[in-house]
Amino acid sequence: MPYIDLQNELPGIRGLMAYSPATAKPLNELAEILLRSDENSLSRGERELIATYVSYKNDCFFCQNVHGALAGYYLRLGIAEIDAIKAGERRQLSRKMQALLQIAAAVQQGGKSVTPSHIEAARNAGASDREIHDTVLIAAAFCMYNRYVDGLATWAPQDRQFYVERAPQRAAEGYINTPLK
Amino acid sequence: MPHIDLPPHVPGIRSLAVYRPETGQYLYELVQILLRGESPLSAAERELIASYVSYRNNCQFCYQSHAAAARCLYGDDAAIVDELLAGKMDHLSEKMKALLQIAGKVQILGKEVQPEDIDAARKAGAGDRDIHDTVLIAATFSLFNRYVDGLATLTPTNLDDYKAMGERMSTIGYVLPKQPA
Repeated sequence: MPYIDLQNELPGIRGLMAYSPATAKPLNELAEILLRSDENSLSRGERELIATYVSYKNDCFFCQNVHGALAGYYLRLGIAEIDAIKAGERRQLSRKMQALLQIAAAVQQGGKSVTPSHIEAARNAGASDREIHDTVLIAAAFCMYNRYVDGLATWAPQDRQFYVERAPQRAAEGYINTPLK
Repeated sequence: MPHIDLPPHVPGIRSLAVYRPETGQYLYELVQILLRGESPLSAAERELIASYVSYRNNCQFCYQSHAAAARCLYGDDAAIVDELLAGKMDHLSEKMKALLQIAGKVQILGKEVQPEDIDAARKAGAGDRDIHDTVLIAATFSLFNRYVDGLATLTPTNLDDYKAMGERMSTIGYVLPKQPA
């Protein structure tokens, strides 16, 4: 049960957003531009994968399942394959994505954990400044979303298939216009 | 030196907002609502939470600038800020002590917040909105600290620079910086 009376029954961050619409607006707009805007050389699937991996490292069940299902939808991967990537199986990913996930893991630990050698490895694998920037900001943003969701003990559907079934609709609607239901 | 090619001579989060205003606009909007918008917590109390979390994340730019803003807003009680950063809470209300305890847990991870932490805050007079805002401020600075340090932004070492920032933050608040001319 959530630590505060959200006055709604919505799961995860959706319950928090309905409780606090003023802060929900920039939180949703940030997610939309970071994860879903097509003005980005990283694909939606790649960005959702970064979000998923950080949420997994932060042990946030709701976020890693919502974003894992979206990553799976965009990248055409099943739950088991997404789980394997989270656990460190990276051979099917590009060298660039492997290097960006290393940066995301460092950000999850703390900003100062990102070293010049992480950045150099990403550049050598073809990552641009903008891709490095967006990776750091996505990882940092999920260190926020994860803490918000778990710090107030929101509830999350336990059936992981629920998230997979919702993913196509979420992908189509995006983060801003999703009805709160 | 920053890890990516950021505008020169612009410190911390400001350099990132100038580099990528598309995301910066929502980050500034979020922090303006959280630290200056409607809340049962005063602006000084909210700046104190921001500085405390940033201090625990070892993000010098964020903790110095928000400490400077908190000193301005606390006015005659500015010593509270330096006492807290030295590990003392003697002059804080029981409610603020309990909320800072929650913020410290969120800084570690969302799941670290326990029902006892929430009970203690309620017994000290905190309501749902105090608890919500504390968790979201602490989560948000878990983002900002990682973003600022994860890209190794310029961190001024002269304390007078932070004093000027604190005065600006406590009077005009958080406004997206303009592109340098």
